[in-house]
Amino acid sequence: MSDLTPHDSHGDAPERLGYSPVADVPHALRMTDTDPKAARRAERQVAGMFMLSMLLTIAFVVAYVTIDKTSTMYVPVFGDVGASTFVLGLTLGAAIFLIGAGAIQWAKKLMPDVEVVQNRHELASPASAEQEALANYDRGKSESGFAKYKLIRRTLIGALALFPIPLLITLRDLWTAPAGSPSPADLLSVTLWHDGLRIVTDPSLMPIKPEDLPIGGLVSGIPEDLEEVQELEGNMNARTKAAIILVRMDPSDIRAQQGDGWDYQGIVAYSKICTHVGCPIALYEQRTHHLLCPCHQSTFDLADAGNVVFGPAARRMPQLPIGVDEEGFLIARSDFAEPVGPSFWERG
Amino acid sequence: MSQASPIEKAGGGVATYVDQRVGSNKFLARSLGKVFPDHWSFMLGEIALYSFIVVLITGTFLTFFYKPSMIEVVYDGSYVPLKGILMSEAYASSLDISFDIRGGLLIRQMHHWAALIFIAAMAVHMFRVFFTGAFRKPREFNWLIGVVLVTLGLVAGFSGYSLPDDLLSGTGLQITRGIAQAIPVIGTWATFLLFDGQFPGSDFISRLYSVHILLIPGLILALVTVHLMLVWTQKHTQFPGPGRTNENVVGYPLMPVYMAKAGGFFFIVFGIIALIGGLVTINPIWIFGPFMPDQVSAGSQPDWYMGFLDGALRIMPNWETNLFDWWTISWNVLIPAVIVPGILFTGLALYPFIEAWVTGDKKEHHLLDRPRNNPTRTGFGVMAITFYGLLWIGGGNDVIATSFDLTINSITWFLRIAIFVIPPLMFVLTRRICLGLQRRDRDKLLHGYESGRILRLPHGEFIEVHEPISIKEKAVIMSKTDIAPLPAPERRDAAGVRNKRFHLQNVQHKLSGFFYAENIAKPSAAEIEAAEHHVAHEAALEAPLHDYEDADQINPFHGGVLHHPGMPETNAEQLAERSQH
Repeated sequence: MSDLTPHDSHGDAPERLGYSPVADVPHALRMTDTDPKAARRAERQVAGMFMLSMLLTIAFVVAYVTIDKTSTMYVPVFGDVGASTFVLGLTLGAAIFLIGAGAIQWAKKLMPDVEVVQNRHELASPASAEQEALANYDRGKSESGFAKYKLIRRTLIGALALFPIPLLITLRDLWTAPAGSPSPADLLSVTLWHDGLRIVTDPSLMPIKPEDLPIGGLVSGIPEDLEEVQELEGNMNARTKAAIILVRMDPSDIRAQQGDGWDYQGIVAYSKICTHVGCPIALYEQRTHHLLCPCHQSTFDLADAGNVVFGPAARRMPQLPIGVDEEGFLIARSDFAEPVGPSFWERG
Repeated sequence: MSQASPIEKAGGGVATYVDQRVGSNKFLARSLGKVFPDHWSFMLGEIALYSFIVVLITGTFLTFFYKPSMIEVVYDGSYVPLKGILMSEAYASSLDISFDIRGGLLIRQMHHWAALIFIAAMAVHMFRVFFTGAFRKPREFNWLIGVVLVTLGLVAGFSGYSLPDDLLSGTGLQITRGIAQAIPVIGTWATFLLFDGQFPGSDFISRLYSVHILLIPGLILALVTVHLMLVWTQKHTQFPGPGRTNENVVGYPLMPVYMAKAGGFFFIVFGIIALIGGLVTINPIWIFGPFMPDQVSAGSQPDWYMGFLDGALRIMPNWETNLFDWWTISWNVLIPAVIVPGILFTGLALYPFIEAWVTGDKKEHHLLDRPRNNPTRTGFGVMAITFYGLLWIGGGNDVIATSFDLTINSITWFLRIAIFVIPPLMFVLTRRICLGLQRRDRDKLLHGYESGRILRLPHGEFIEVHEPISIKEKAVIMSKTDIAPLPAPERRDAAGVRNKRFHLQNVQHKLSGFFYAENIAKPSAAEIEAAEHHVAHEAALEAPLHDYEDADQINPFHGGVLHHPGMPETNAEQLAERSQH
């Protein structure tokens, strides 16, 4: 940028290398085109932004080294923020931004602002190219005998059609069935619950006495042996199916259940996993006995056999029959009678 | 000419060295002076590209620290509230990035923000391309690539925010599992293959990780490259204006103006993302806690671009079909999560071909349409956006319910009906507005614009002076091409031979009428000439007054009425003058 004086030809669309000017468009000169002082001011602005960018980059490095990662600081508007992230973001962001701002200021103030014209060319190839391509294709076709050797052609097509199969088939072992090779549908249909298995609270793992649960109370429950199973299997699959909620209501409020006497003195146990797409459900309204899924708002009535009262879920919440053991703690009396969680094709 | 500096000489040497091996000077000769048209809306695609580059840079950093493993560990990092808690290694390492690696949270938040901006910019860029008809021949391929890129962007974003394995992202995966399981016939098996058995299993995070950092970004990178190469060879479209035709490109050359502007803009986007990443919290995973399949927080919201799917799931009625008590078809999941997005994206991909077929248009288009000049297309666009927007509102129905004290049931029922009523209404409304704007354009061409100056003629009549519109505006309005609907096909030709394609052609004829029959024709040359004559006539009437046209002689007390000097200024003066007569 040695020459900051305006171009002589600037006002009336210059003839520049390879371009032609745009017809009849009035063009206003900028301050930087006519006033050398303005041009010099623009030069200083651009250089100033680049300079500031350099300083901010150095500030970033200093902040990286000096600010403790756990320290916080108060910034007006933002409140208490992590000092390191805040200062690093500010310096890095401003340093990078200023490079861009400088470049654009340079383009807007000091580079030519006269629009120029270039012609488009037809995208389609000339007919001669098509002829040549066709001739080459025909030559290749006859030289290879692709049309003549029918057997070669067909077997080639067959081989090419088959060869991706191994690549797909190796995906089969993305899942290997455990011993006894149960089907996915079988696995989805059983949970840890069985007759006599104690229900314990989640997460404190305490067995529950019926009298500990007041009317209107709600507690999340899991099987007593869940932790062991999780340890053994190394995942949370069992929890995803076995999680339940226990709710106690006035026995006279219970209008229907999924089986006769599946409650214990007004305590009912239902699966915690929504039958829509599987979100855990925890929003219980004591007065209406409605259970609401926070994900898609399916609503189930626990006083009416867990039936759907609103929302996208099509199936009722599966109920777990419960009772007490000889020590008076709540237990399951069997597994769920139907698969828990979202529907699947083989569920029926 | 300026002297070549030592650096330039060295650069020239490198250019020659490379040219002798790959022939690059031919490319440079053509490209350094390549002209790009200028318009603010052309920056939208640039924002998408640049934010994607930021995603790649920040994402690479994150891979150095993130551990894609679901093995349970006890957290022992700097974030005190979670100390001693059992969690997956994935979540623990995400916490380490956020609290124990300097600049880690900044980069993680930049990555997330850049991804959000990437998808938003792609969407808005797509709107621009759609409403201006930039997808027309020869750019249909690039439209298709764009639709695939948007889809991949959604998958990339979703797979990314599922990786930290916090409670929110895990809930998202649980929903994904539910959706996959709802696919008829293969759903259950597909889910087991995806998750290595039942949900959540112990392998999914590492599988998702290779999809997120290798498969999807690789595909996006490849497609972005082709997308840009096509823009390069086909040359950019341009908006209409003086001197701009279908055969030329008017704008600024790559070297130096576009290099400075586009290159500078990359740093602007990068800088702004870094600022937002440092100053605005996004996805505070430490608040959500580790994932547990039986826990959820109320008001769970996905990233914005997934909101429409969540909304569709929410407002769908609970339909399910049991076939012979053996098999289940979960329409309540299938329709909102698979079929509706499928139709939306397929329709998007096919639109250029449908429109070209309906209009019988086989010409190349490099001059952009103004949205008003194709009211039916614009109407479709607004209709689709409205549909999407309503689903998106559905995704926030719980937030809306609590903020505005409404019941979720009433919002849901409103949306269940609105989704069928409001989009068509918007279509009709948009079309009417477009046609109105076309009439206005025609009017402006014929009568000029209203200058706001009232002229009193010698015989006492008041007229408003119309001024001819500017050259630029005229060029823009005149760029419109009048498209005639396709003629009705004949059942038999002149020789009495039955037209076998009659029915198809008839559909085409009807549709093209639907597209174009109501369009307002551009004025003919004769009409324009007559109109110019009229404007000249008005100008002649006003001519004697031109001596007084300085602003200070236009009296604001009289609504801008042009005044003779010596005319009464105020009402009192006027009354006084009248009383003298």
